[in-house]
Amino acid sequence: MSRLYVARNPKVAARSLDGEMMIMSGRDSTLFTLNRTATILWQAADGATPLNEIVEQRICPEFDVEPAVALQDAETFARDLASHDILQVSENPIPSKMSFAGEMR
Amino acid sequence: MSGLLEEMTAKAQALNVPLSVQLDLTYRCNERCVHCYLDHDDHGEMTTAEIKHLLDEMAEAGVFILTLSGGEIFLRRDFFEILEHARRLMFCVKLKTNAVLIRERDANRIRDLGVESIQVSIYSHRPEVHDAITLIPGSLKRSLDGIRHLKSQGLRIIIANVLMTRNMQDYSAVRELAAEIGVECTLDPTVTPMIDGDRAPLRLGVDQNVLRQVFRDSALVGDIDEFCAVPVKSDESALDATPCSAGHTACYVSPYGEVYPCVQFPIPTGNVRQQRFIDIWRDSVSMKEVRSIRLKDLTTCTQCTHVSSCTRCPGLAYMEGNMRGPSSQDCEKSFARTGVASANMLAKKQKALNLIQIRTIPSLASATA
Repeated sequence: MSRLYVARNPKVAARSLDGEMMIMSGRDSTLFTLNRTATILWQAADGATPLNEIVEQRICPEFDVEPAVALQDAETFARDLASHDILQVSENPIPSKMSFAGEMR
Repeated sequence: MSGLLEEMTAKAQALNVPLSVQLDLTYRCNERCVHCYLDHDDHGEMTTAEIKHLLDEMAEAGVFILTLSGGEIFLRRDFFEILEHARRLMFCVKLKTNAVLIRERDANRIRDLGVESIQVSIYSHRPEVHDAITLIPGSLKRSLDGIRHLKSQGLRIIIANVLMTRNMQDYSAVRELAAEIGVECTLDPTVTPMIDGDRAPLRLGVDQNVLRQVFRDSALVGDIDEFCAVPVKSDESALDATPCSAGHTACYVSPYGEVYPCVQFPIPTGNVRQQRFIDIWRDSVSMKEVRSIRLKDLTTCTQCTHVSSCTRCPGLAYMEGNMRGPSSQDCEKSFARTGVASANMLAKKQKALNLIQIRTIPSLASATA
């Protein structure tokens, strides 16, 4: 399996509310909320850390789950968010295209 | 409001999180709208550094929706520096502007910075009417040019119109103009008092007849029968509801750092130049008082059949003298919508009757006999 890189789309708006991330799409102002697992993935999506490392280092220790299963779920989730223009997914590291990369709160 | 946003708003209210803030960057303006509630002098606006620090505090406090307004926001030379900082903090940014100063390059930068929407004030499709309201010749053309620049970048634009006697004939044509350009359009039938309490602008508002007509325009209200239905008496549980989001999940910050529950609710609660934003939000005595009010605490409105369906603005009530009292402008709207007088209107009528009663004074009658 090739390595995947994920990056937050800097055009979205996002804020954490009690551990859940609210995200508003920059494309059509649709609002999404992410559960705690998805929020961890979103917060770690810096375009430089491969998805498998995010899963191994951030998700598996938190949620007692098999790495292979977690990675498969994470990939599905990442591609789903990418279809809404919320996340960017690539087989190569994703450099920030804007003058800022978005600071998570 | 979408179901999910409603859910998140309820959660924010339960957690005492200020989900939405309007920040006025300046009261200076390049227009002089006859109905405006602000004075346009600079009494010491926050500096760029102060605003950036405030934005950091707001993000930390959980603010998600940030509306940047004024005055005219593009009069601040540091506007894009502020906007860029706000987007770096991932706020959902909405802008309110007259768009007069927006050129193609500005529209391009706004798009690149991922602004959610831009609300632009347009009062008529006719220059002679719009420009007579803004008091700036050529302003309609310049605002529409600005809108077109923004539209060409694929941005979401909302034309905001305020209904007044001067432009009441034109609201349908403004909607048609919006549709032609491909942007959204809203119509606000309420002219508000000046932020210092001066009620002079209210004389510009429309009367009952016009309100009745507007509230029966299906293009505006959808299902007329439903919108204008006679209100039914609410059950007791409905009276536990809060009047509006002001002070509960939303607040306002002036260019001078003053924090109010809402731009239309100018009760002082603190100043971010002296205190942290979150401390004002959580601990201000005034903010807590506003937050404590439920529908059941309202003095006259609890007796009113409109209580649950009324658009009562607590800020307008405050400016009328009592934040727990009725807002007469909203009573007028409820009456125009349903034909049923509010408890406040009936009480006022009774008071007026008492004032003009003519009685025979027996002692005088006998003295002249």
